[in-house]
Amino acid sequence: MSETKGLTRQQMADRIALAFEDGWIVNLGVGIPTQCSNTDIGDRHIIYHSENGVIGYGPVAPAGEEDLNLVNAGGQNVTLKPGAAMVHHADSFAIIRGGHIDVTVMGAYEVACNGDFANWKVSGAKGGGIGGAMDLAACAKRVFIILEHVTRSGAPRLVERCALPVTARGVVKLVATNYGLFEPTGAGFLLREIAPGYTVDEIRAATGAPLIVRGEVPPVRLAG
Amino acid sequence: MAAPTKQVAGFAEAVRDIPDGAVIALGGFAMPGVPYNLIKALHAQGAKQLTCVANTTGGAQQPRMPDIGMLVENGQVKKVICAFTAATRASDVLPFTKYYESGEVEAELVPQGTLAERLRAAGAGIPAFYTPTAVGTELAEGRETRVINGREYLLEYALPVDYAFVRATRADTFGNLQFHRSQRNFNPVMATAARMTIVEVDEDIVPAGAIDPDAVHLSGIFVHRIVRIPPHPEGIWPQRRQERQR
Repeated sequence: MSETKGLTRQQMADRIALAFEDGWIVNLGVGIPTQCSNTDIGDRHIIYHSENGVIGYGPVAPAGEEDLNLVNAGGQNVTLKPGAAMVHHADSFAIIRGGHIDVTVMGAYEVACNGDFANWKVSGAKGGGIGGAMDLAACAKRVFIILEHVTRSGAPRLVERCALPVTARGVVKLVATNYGLFEPTGAGFLLREIAPGYTVDEIRAATGAPLIVRGEVPPVRLAG
Repeated sequence: MAAPTKQVAGFAEAVRDIPDGAVIALGGFAMPGVPYNLIKALHAQGAKQLTCVANTTGGAQQPRMPDIGMLVENGQVKKVICAFTAATRASDVLPFTKYYESGEVEAELVPQGTLAERLRAAGAGIPAFYTPTAVGTELAEGRETRVINGREYLLEYALPVDYAFVRATRADTFGNLQFHRSQRNFNPVMATAARMTIVEVDEDIVPAGAIDPDAVHLSGIFVHRIVRIPPHPEGIWPQRRQERQR
């Protein structure tokens, strides 16, 4: 990817983080979603929850100051914010299953325009890695997905129906890719914002489901 | 009369009587709370045909830490029940994977929250429960579901175990435990699901009564054997990445 075309991984995370509202309890999945906690979203107060029972974690700990008994879902040694609390795993997932998480942000291999997504098993694999993804996807109030728009071989990841085994059905509300910001509508993907350097025609050609465009599409918002 | 202490002298003694075919839950999430010393002792003890219940089958880090993958390589494991049978990063290859793909070991893949709740249910006398997790996925195919108040739920059964291996920060002689930060994770629910819980503990074991009852994270009624972890290198402690690579 050239520096002028499309969003970086951090910018994709930034765009999703800007959709967080004041007071939300947010669960960030492994990979790009973790970078949402780096975004400056002003004075909005966000409570980050991690599956392993950490409520209210903050940035990654500086080198040499890590507490080796404190990690986020990705195994990174994080810090705690004032007001943090620890619970055990069953209580942590009671928080999730009970609908107390406002949004879960996850990576995915595929997202379909009917709101299905797949992120636990790759094609041809015998096993997989579900982790907490199925609980979060089924039970959080909202599911936001961050992923590269196409595979390394150029195949679309935004598709009409998932070919891989799904993690949950009909749950995805918002999708950020390096090409822009999208909303699954059932009939297709609504292009809400467009990444720098891309045209609507290019995005349509790289998307495996109908692309819905309403009027002039604004550029991806990256601040405020 | 005071209750007898549950402290035992060493890890070998703590795991000596674990029989072939035992079902063992292993605590931990990433590095915190993993009972590395007990896993190492079980590896040396050699019990076979084990069923291991844990979040993952182990990490891809080098040098390796004692994990289910190591027990599998040692021919001790019949089956695993885990939330991950592949690495969290699809590009990492786990020692476990080769044995799983060749069919030498079975795996039951369970969503992490369902795994925690199945253990909790076992310890709480709940034989089964309905959850919305995994409805509409491959995991629910051919299984019992039920619509309650207009939403579909999947039936999941409690998961009782024979042994739980737990790591904690502080214990008293009665077995009351405290965990530090995210060390807690699966450990308390695994202990409640087990017929026997064996604990490795970071700090010197204190007399019963030395931990404020309001500050106990897991009651000693769920704990049977406690071993104090010796200093590094005899004992195994979580280390920073750069320290492990030295």
